[in-house]
Amino acid sequence: MISKKYYFQGYRSILTYDSPAIALTCCFIAIGALFKNLGFNIQESIFSTVLTYALPGSLVMAESMLIGASLLNIFLAVWFVNARLYPMAVSLFPLMMHKSQPKWKYYFSCHFIAVSAWLIMKSNYKKIPKEYRIDYWIGIGSATVSVSVIGTFIGFSFSEYLNKDMMMGLAILNPVYFLCMMVGAAKTIQITLSVVLGLILGPIIYLLSPEWSILLAGIIGGTVAYLLGEYNVS
Amino acid sequence: MSANIVYAILVTSLATFLSRFLGAITSQGIKETSKLFKWFNCLAYATLAALIARTIIFPAGILMDASYSSRLSVVLLSVFVFFISKKNFVYPTIFSAICMAVINNYI
Repeated sequence: MISKKYYFQGYRSILTYDSPAIALTCCFIAIGALFKNLGFNIQESIFSTVLTYALPGSLVMAESMLIGASLLNIFLAVWFVNARLYPMAVSLFPLMMHKSQPKWKYYFSCHFIAVSAWLIMKSNYKKIPKEYRIDYWIGIGSATVSVSVIGTFIGFSFSEYLNKDMMMGLAILNPVYFLCMMVGAAKTIQITLSVVLGLILGPIIYLLSPEWSILLAGIIGGTVAYLLGEYNVS
Repeated sequence: MSANIVYAILVTSLATFLSRFLGAITSQGIKETSKLFKWFNCLAYATLAALIARTIIFPAGILMDASYSSRLSVVLLSVFVFFISKKNFVYPTIFSAICMAVINNYI
């Protein structure tokens, strides 16, 4: 069973003064409005947010549908852009693994891997006993998904009141918020270098290979940062 | 639309869940103190940073209509606000939305 104490502690983690809930809601307001413009109904919009729960993937799906891409093309495009979730999962789950916890919790809760929840967990996991970190994580995930659904609903319902400038303002929130969170998280040489190299290499590699740019920049930048960090320690 | 909306949503969620699930499966044998874990941590941060940079410099969707200089100005000003507000996440985020709407409308 899930420990209620740690679940609700995780759920409440988005109620802090510098919570990601505001940025996340604004981003999903933009997504909700986009879905309505694409011809989705409210059920489909919320269904998409709950099942996908990844902003770049939802954007890629929307763009692919606009140009009439096939299902296979949508699958591949989304898979490429969301491949970042793999290293994010591998760098988070070992922090939560405990032999007393059933495996289903880990398989179920991997759905909550997304930038906001991942960064909240990375900032707070040391405060939680390892045995209950998975329950805390499920609480964070439930909270961020709830906020995303509310944002999608608001965006869908009020899309006609959102003009182009407002939509642009909502769209820039997401990268700015994540950038600030990552700058705030860069406390070691390895993480700082990873962030700096990722920021530099991402756009450069995009010019050569748009589909592979995020993955390649992550692998090259992350590996160089790791090696330099290890060299510095030794 | 060439693809049915529901099928498109299912395909999108499957493609997204695949990376998450594979990550959860393969992380089982990795200890948090191991070098492999540290390496994956660096990969995750670098990949996220690359995604953010790409979103700002080569955006998709509505942000494509904003000029490169306006996007970059908003981001740099927001990071400045982040530092002067003692690393508060909310002020630069709200500032960025207002700043982008104002720059795009009046400049």
